[in-house]
Formats: sequence, structure tokens, C-alpha cells
Amino acid sequence: MQEPLQQPRAFTKTGTHVNYEVKGDVAVVRINDPNSKVNTLSIQMQKELTDVMNEVWSNNAVQSAVLISTKPGCFIAGADINMIEGCKTAEEVTQLSQEGQNIFEKIEKSPKPIVAAINGSCLGAGLEFVIACQYRIATKSKKTVLGTPEVMLGLLPGAGGTQRLPKMVGLPSAFDMMLTGRNIRADKAKKMGLVHQLVDTLGPGLKSPEERTIEYLEEIAIECARGIVNKKIPLSKEKGMMQKLQDYIMSFEMVRNQIYKTVHGKVMKQSKGLYPAPLKIIECVKAGIEQGPIPGYLAESQNFGQLAKTTESHALIGLYHGQVTCKKNRFGAPQKEVKTLAILGAGLMGAGIAQVTVDKGVHTILKDTTVSGLARGEQQVFKGFNDKTKKRNITSFERDSILSNLTGQLDYSGFEKADMVIEAVFEDINIKHKVLKEIEAVIPPHCIFASNTSALPIKEIAAASKRPDKVIGMHYFSPVDKMQLLEIITTEQTSKDTTASAVAVGLKQGKVIIVVGDGPGFYTTRCLAPMLAEAVRVLQEGVDPKKLDALTTGFGFPVGAATLADEVGLDVAAHVAEDLGKAFGSRFGGGNVEVLKTMVDMGFKGRKSGKGCYVYQPGLKVRDVNPDIEEILEKYKMTPNPAVSSDSDVQYRLVSRFVNEAVLCLQEGILSSPVEGDIGAVFGLGFPPCLGGPFRFVDAFGADKLVEKMRRYEEVYGNQFTPCQLLLDHANDSSKKFHK
Amino acid sequence: MVMPWALEMTLARPNVKNIVLVEGVRTPFLLSGTTYSDLMPHDLARAALQGLLHRTAIPKDVVDYIIYGTVIQEVKTSNVAREAALGAGFSDKIPSHTVTMACISSNQAMTSAVGLIAAGQCDAVVAGGVEFMSDVPIRHSRKMRKTMLSLNKAKTLGQRLSLLGSIRLAHLSPELPAVAEFSTSETMGHSADRLAAAFGVSRVEQDEFALRSHSLAKKAQDAGLLQDVISFKVPGRDIVSQDNGIRPSSMEQMAKLKPAFIKPHGTVTAANSSFLTDGASAVLIMSEEKALAMGYKPKAYLRDFVYVSQDPKDQLLLGPTYGTPKVLERAGLTMSDIDVFEFHEAFAGQIMANLKAMDSDWFAQTYMGRKSKVGTPPMDKFNLWGGSLSLGHPFGATGCRLVTTVAHRLQKEGGQYGLVAACAAGGQVSDTHPGGVFWLIVLLKNK
Repeated sequence: MQEPLQQPRAFTKTGTHVNYEVKGDVAVVRINDPNSKVNTLSIQMQKELTDVMNEVWSNNAVQSAVLISTKPGCFIAGADINMIEGCKTAEEVTQLSQEGQNIFEKIEKSPKPIVAAINGSCLGAGLEFVIACQYRIATKSKKTVLGTPEVMLGLLPGAGGTQRLPKMVGLPSAFDMMLTGRNIRADKAKKMGLVHQLVDTLGPGLKSPEERTIEYLEEIAIECARGIVNKKIPLSKEKGMMQKLQDYIMSFEMVRNQIYKTVHGKVMKQSKGLYPAPLKIIECVKAGIEQGPIPGYLAESQNFGQLAKTTESHALIGLYHGQVTCKKNRFGAPQKEVKTLAILGAGLMGAGIAQVTVDKGVHTILKDTTVSGLARGEQQVFKGFNDKTKKRNITSFERDSILSNLTGQLDYSGFEKADMVIEAVFEDINIKHKVLKEIEAVIPPHCIFASNTSALPIKEIAAASKRPDKVIGMHYFSPVDKMQLLEIITTEQTSKDTTASAVAVGLKQGKVIIVVGDGPGFYTTRCLAPMLAEAVRVLQEGVDPKKLDALTTGFGFPVGAATLADEVGLDVAAHVAEDLGKAFGSRFGGGNVEVLKTMVDMGFKGRKSGKGCYVYQPGLKVRDVNPDIEEILEKYKMTPNPAVSSDSDVQYRLVSRFVNEAVLCLQEGILSSPVEGDIGAVFGLGFPPCLGGPFRFVDAFGADKLVEKMRRYEEVYGNQFTPCQLLLDHANDSSKKFHK
Repeated sequence: MVMPWALEMTLARPNVKNIVLVEGVRTPFLLSGTTYSDLMPHDLARAALQGLLHRTAIPKDVVDYIIYGTVIQEVKTSNVAREAALGAGFSDKIPSHTVTMACISSNQAMTSAVGLIAAGQCDAVVAGGVEFMSDVPIRHSRKMRKTMLSLNKAKTLGQRLSLLGSIRLAHLSPELPAVAEFSTSETMGHSADRLAAAFGVSRVEQDEFALRSHSLAKKAQDAGLLQDVISFKVPGRDIVSQDNGIRPSSMEQMAKLKPAFIKPHGTVTAANSSFLTDGASAVLIMSEEKALAMGYKPKAYLRDFVYVSQDPKDQLLLGPTYGTPKVLERAGLTMSDIDVFEFHEAFAGQIMANLKAMDSDWFAQTYMGRKSKVGTPPMDKFNLWGGSLSLGHPFGATGCRLVTTVAHRLQKEGGQYGLVAACAAGGQVSDTHPGGVFWLIVLLKNK
């Protein structure tokens, strides 16, 4: 890097979060929040930034500025959520938004060019900050991602994002970014025109790679800032043919209106109108483009304020906090790290567990009993990584070296080195016992035995064990590589270290973890079973599967009840319904188990068998209702009671049984906190995210109102709708809330 | 046999034969696409072998084995050692094989020769290397190849026609030799630029080093010091007797070039990188006993060598730093004992980065598990007759040039010990790498 010709004036100013140093004629503004792992635009950060920028603008020796974070892996991860939550009224939040808009407007209009040098996450308000700057340089680090995730918190980019982004990347890309909230990697950001220049990450040198990379980025950004001042680097890029064409097309109001309409339609279809934020985002963008900046910015700040006070936003922010909680190991560090993990059964689950383990540097043994089963499982793992190669997330070399950690086998060789064994064999207590005994004969004394069962009580499995303190349940959800939840089940005998180790493995696999007590169906399966029983009753009452799906998705479930049953597998559902029915008695009744059993007997096991409630044809997305089930439903027909059969009543019948069972789990101590209950229901079972989980739903909806509905259903159907004691307590005392 | 001089004893190892370099030659190294452009790789290798035969006058049946190194293989002559040896008139009873190990392929050929002699298998081995970048194998696409291979097996006209009909325009796009490291998809130049940045090597430092290389090479060439170069009558063309890539420029001229790999802020340019080169080299290695018995006056002992390898992404070109202390420790020497250094110059930035790494206590402690820094070779002993940046770098042939140059410099400068370091770094554009980095260090004792 060339040093400036004139002698640099040593000039620095140091705050706790922001400091700046003048290098020649360039002010280098460095941000780093000393109290947090990530930088957020907190009140303190904003204040110091404003102070520093004012100095930069008034300092005559400074021609340009570079904005950089010295925190490894993070530029600015977003606004401070606590700051938004701390506001009492929508007006206060609107005020916050306007303050942000004002700061960034000054940045945008800065007479001295500001170069944002981005390394690590640049999200939300962080992104809004950099797009107000005149120039952006980003490192190619895997940690460098840009995005506007506000929509996932039920909010919108409230500091100018809805106004600047469409101008920068075009209407379609801007909508895509703001409505999905997805992260964009540096190389993609460059292609989109979101950043101007990319910088490589550096390896070992005279300093640590991370430190030197940030320094290198700074050096390049400084040169760049000088280049802009000297007019060597143009700020406006010559537009390409495609860009010009797109701009031309977009200049027609009719075309733009068509886009708004299409996007609006898509949002409505996907969100069922249950999420206000995406609609508000469209509104703000439209206001800015069609009516100009003043109405645009006003719409943005007002909508931001309103959204922050919606129950949906509270629910989503609650989930965000819950997720953070469930990504920590509250049982401490395990005595021994799991370096070799053996998985029994190379089926969908077993192979899925292998897939999320093998790329974490853990030697993974995948054992099956047949060559064909093993080959299928190994292919599933290979395909998972090969797909990543095709998407260029990893190179083929990385894929191969990851897979070198996987050993597929039919025998127990190497199990003497296993630190943990997870069994994913058939759900039959006798088979589980047989496997457990075989395993305990070959594994070392410290090795943990985990069962990936979805309903069998761990206590019963552990009954056959010589060391029940090392037995635990690890309930994964299918497909394992997509579903974030892991439900860990401990018995009274499970040792704390065993739990700590299971949680550590789950966290390594990237899971969100809830730890629950033992019992039939644990937490998740137990909540789902009554809802599915109700769904079967609804079908028996003559509602067709498509209508049932529409009612459930209309309530906010991402997957309809009939489709969900097909996905889980009707055989599994029948099995679970029968088991839990035995354990819990008539409360788990409702639909006739024989309906499911008959379907299974006829070979309708759901998606995996090609037929279930629906008929699945490879390559076809549209699916028809399985015509053969009409006969079955006709045979088990029930007459609906019109008093409790409106669309809304059907929805609440399904949901109230789910919620009541969840609350009962908390009452019985299966759950240790409402947070885990919410996270488990949303991430494992698809409980509507906009409701934030069963417990937050009760808080927002009102326990008394829910109890009132349940009493009405109870009159018709009996004890399946009897509210549990804890729910009644909350209904009787409106000051009682699950979430403070 | 007890040697008369004491110091020699410390380097000679018990029960291992003394192995000597008798002679080393090379064809002139030419920019790709110049006078050699119509040849094939074995033509160049043959020229080097004939040059060696001529210089040493060794009977054609005395040699026990011939080994050649090469990187980009011509598929027609995959065992280029054998084709070249037969063409050069060596006895057809002499077995030959070809090795590949990226840019240290001919180093591998030489150390294989040393191994054969030490193991008592052979007494005289010819080792060499060749690279021919004027023509590289460009293949049909995988889809096209598959169709063509199926076509061979097609039995009926109908089958053939349907296969021919399946060819699409996309099938016709050719596949060039990999321009990148297979494991990381990163080109060598890109890697060198990142390495230079990691060690804070400036553009000016790189240009200065490149200028030094060219100036020293020019001086050596003018003074007639590059005795290993033989004259070669290129079929259909003139006699070539000089390297043609030596071009001392000025700092101003070099500063005008744009970065070649990382744009716009990179520091590695065409002027401070080695260029694509055609050339071949050959050396005669013998047991000391045999050499003396045949009346040769060996140029140097080949004492010791070590190969190391690192992470192919971030430490691809850092071999010298790791390899140098290792070989010195094996031989019981220190940096100050070495009189002549010859380091392969893939990129000026890579050399400078290594010099900085060798000079850093932090690097030595953090990455090498050493207490203190390796130490840098003094520049007045370092690559005094130019290097790969100026003389050229035919990937497979450079190793032999380095070893021969050390021997000649020891003779000329009157030193005792020489050290060669060659890393598996690619050329400017195109090279295939086995992954990892390999370093060869040969200690030579002036005879």
C-alpha cells in the first residue's frame, strides 16, 4: 500500500464503541462493541458514531472516510432488538426509525465520500448503514453476509432500507431480499451491485489470519477512498445492457403495478395474510417509488412503529430470543468430547443424522444390517454434500474430505472407539432392547447410548441397560438436515454429564435444542398426537383432506394436517396414536384409530409409499386426494355437530388440543420452561411462527378465552377438551403469563 | 573409506554411499510460443540428454537408469523419459520412468536417483525434467468423450447415427488443462497474491526483487556464467544457445503493469511472476566410487534432502520457511554455514513472503512450534545468477537447473555448502498440482 505523500497528522479520538484515526487525508472509523460478541446499532453506538462523523465532517484535513469493524466475523449484525423492545408505544418506535433515517441521510449526503469496508455479518440496520455510504468493499470470507432479516422478526428495514434498496439492486431483487430476509454472500452481493469490490481473505502471515485480513481490507479501503476523491474511481458504474433494459421496462407504471400485484399475491398466498410485515414492506417500497421520498420515508417509519407493536412481531422476536437460549448448553461442558459417533440404522433418519455430523470433524460410523440399506443411506449422505457442491457452497474436494470421515459398515468393528451411539432402528421395544444389549457388549464404558425414538419412553429402553446413567433420548425430526429441532429426553437416571454431552453433540450438528423429561411421546409427539386424532375425527366428519389442509395452513401452520400425516407416515401416526392412546386413555381419543390402521393395511403409508391422504406421483407437484380413502371414511363416518363445526371451530378444536397438551407438559414437568415449549412446537412441529408457540399463543389470545372455547367443545366431545389445571389457573388470573 | 578432511565426516552418513553430481546441463529456457513452438516435449528432453552425453562422454550403456520429471503430460508420450532416452541414442536396455510432482518434478527425479544409488540398485543414473507449454493437451468435454467412446462400441449404423444425433453444441466446448489447484480451485498467482498480502509485501518490494533477478541473470549471461546451457539446433529453425526471457526493465516500466490475478488492488503482475517457459534439463548422478573409477571429477556431493507439505490453501507457497530449518538440522548445520543459496522464484511476492516468514519470531512460534525465527539467507549469497523469474520456469525442468547452478556457483565462488529450495509453485497461468506443497533441499559440498 502506498503511503500518502504528506506527513500524516496523528489524530485519533477514542470512544468505547467507536474510534477514529486520520491516516493522511482519510479518516478511518473503527467500530467495536466491547460488551458483546457482535456489533449492534445500539443507542450508545449510534451516539458515538454521530459524534465521530460530525468530527470527520468538520475536520478540514480529512477528505474521505473508511468505516470498518475491528470485531472478527461481524460488521454490524443489526439494530439492538432490546432498544426496540424497550419502547412503550408505536410512536416511540417510529421516532427511533426517524432518527436512524436522519443519520443515514447525512451519511448519504456526505460531502466526503465514505467507504464501508465489510468483513463479517452486515445485516439489518448494518446493511441500511452501508447502502447509505458512497462505496462498499466486502471480504470474501464465508462469514461475510449481507441481508435484511427484519421480516423474520415481523419488522421491516426501518432506517431507509425500503427506500434505498430498490434503487440500488432493482425492484425484484430488493423485494426478494426484504421479503425473504435471506443472507447474501459477498460474491452474490457483488453480482447484484450491492457491493463494489471484493477482497480476499488472507492466510497465516505476520499476524493472525483474521486480524491481518481486517487490516488488509482497511488498507484497500483507504486506497479506494483516495481513489474516489482523486476521481480515479468512479462512483456511478456504467450500466450494462441488461440493467438498462430492466430500467426501461421498470419506467412504465403499468409494469411496476404488475410487479406490486404479483408480489402481493405471492405474499398473500404464502403467508395467508397472517404476517403483516411483508405487506407493509411492499407498501413502503411502493410509496417511495410512486409518491417520492418524503411519503416513502414517512411510510417506512410509521409502519415500522406499528409493526413493532404487533403480536406477530412480539411472537417472532420471542422465537428469536428462544432460539438463542436453545443454542446454549445449560448443562456445561461434557467431560469427554465426542470424537467418534456411531449410528445404527442407515434409514432416512440414521443417514440424516450422519449427514449433519460428518462435516463437523466427527468420525461417523453408519451401521446397517443389509448391504442395500447401507448403500441407500450412504448415497443419501453423499447426495446431501454433492448438492452443496452443485450449489457451490463447498468444493468437490471439500465434499470428498468431509466424506472421508464417514465409515459405512454392517458389523460392530470400531465401536470400541465410539464415544456415543445413536440408534435409529425400527420403533419396537424388543428390537431396541436387543440392539442395546449388543451395543453394550462392544462399546467402551464411557460411551453414551442415545435412542432416536419418537415415542417410546427412554426409561423402558434403559431398563435393558447395564448403565442406565449413560442412556438418553435424542429425537431428531425428518428431514434431519432441514429440521432445526433436536428434542433431548432425559430419565431420572440419566447423568448430567450424559445430558451435557448429548447437547454438545446437538449444538455441533447445528441444532436448536430442547431438553425434556421422559414420558410417552415426550413433549413434541405428545402434543402432535391429540391434534392428529382431532384431524382424523374432522376427516370422519366429512371434511375433505384438502379442506382440512386449508384450515390448518390458514391458521398459520406451514404444512396442513393431512399433508403432515402423510409426511410423518400414516403407519408411524397409527403406531403412535395407539401407543399414546394406551398410555393416556380417552383424552387421546377423537378420531378412530381404525381409520389410520385400515389405510396402512391398504398400503397407504403416506408420501413414502406413494399414497396416503393424497396420491403422490414423482415429478408432479399437484396432487389429488387419494380416491380410495373416501370408502374408508364413509365406513367410519361420524355426524358433525353444527354447533362446533364452523371453519373457525374446527381450527380451534385442532389447536386447543395441541396447546392444552403442551401446557399439561409444563404442568407435569416434562417441559422445564415455556420457552422450550414454544421452540419445540414451532421448530419441530411447525406450530404457527406468527403465534410464537403454544405458550405465547395462550398469553396473547387469553387463557380465559381459550378455556371458554374448550368448554364448548368439551360439552360435545367430552374430556378430550378438558382444560388442564395450569391452563385453568391462567384463565382465572389474567395477570398470570407464561412469558413476562 | 576414511575421508581426509574432518568436516566432511560430519556430513557423510555411516553405511550410506557418497553420491555425487557429475554434470548438469539444460537446453536454453525459452518463452512459450517462441523458437520451440513446433516441437514436442520429448524433443526437448532428447536435446538435454544428448547435451549431457556430449559433455560427459559417458558410454551409452554405462547408465543404469533414467528418470524424468514433467508436469503437463503429452498423452502420446506419457513415459517421456523412455521416448527421449531412445531418441538420444541411449541403450534400449536402460529402464526409464517418468515422475510428476508439480514444480519439483525433476527434484523428485533426482532424489529418486539418489535413492536408487543409496539402495545399491544403481551406480549411475541420469535424472532430468522437461516442460513444454507451447502446446498442451486440450481435451474434448467429458460429454463428448463419452459419446465418442460409445461410438466405438456401437454395432449398427442406427446406433451410430443416434449417438451422433445426440451431440449438442455444448459438447463441443473444449476442456483446457486445469488453471487452478484441484483441491481449492485457486490459481497459483491468486494464491501468491494473497500470500504477499498476508505478509504485507508491497508491490514495490516485489518489483524490486524481480528487477534484481533479471539484472543478475543478465550479468551472469553476459559473463558466460550459465555454463549449464547447451546449444540446441532446433529442427527447422536456428541454433538456440541462450535463454530468451531475461529482460531487465525499470521500476517505472514495471509499475505501469496492472495486477494479473487479483483486480484491481492485487500486487502480483506479469513482471514480478515467472513466465510460461519451454525447456529441459538433465544431470548425471553417480556413486562417488564409480565416478572416480571412471575418471570423472564430480562437481558436488548430494548430501541430504527433505520434503515437506502444508495446507494447500493458505500455506501453499510457504515451503521454504518450513523446509530450510529441517534440512539444516538433519545435517547439523546452521544458516551461517551455507555459502550459496538457490531458491526457486515462482513469484517475487512468494519469495519475499518467505523471507518475511523466516524473519518472524511470531510466525515461527505460532505455526512452526519453534522457539525463535528461522533466520533469512543473506542476499549477497542468494540467487546471484538470476532465478526462475528471469531465466524462466519450465515446471518439470527447474529442479535440475537449481542443483546444477549451486554446484557451479560453489566452484566459482569458492564456497563449501549450498542449499537448494524449490517449492511446488505453478507458473503464471497453467499448472496442475497434486495438492500440498513439497520442498526439496539438497546440500552440496564443494568438491
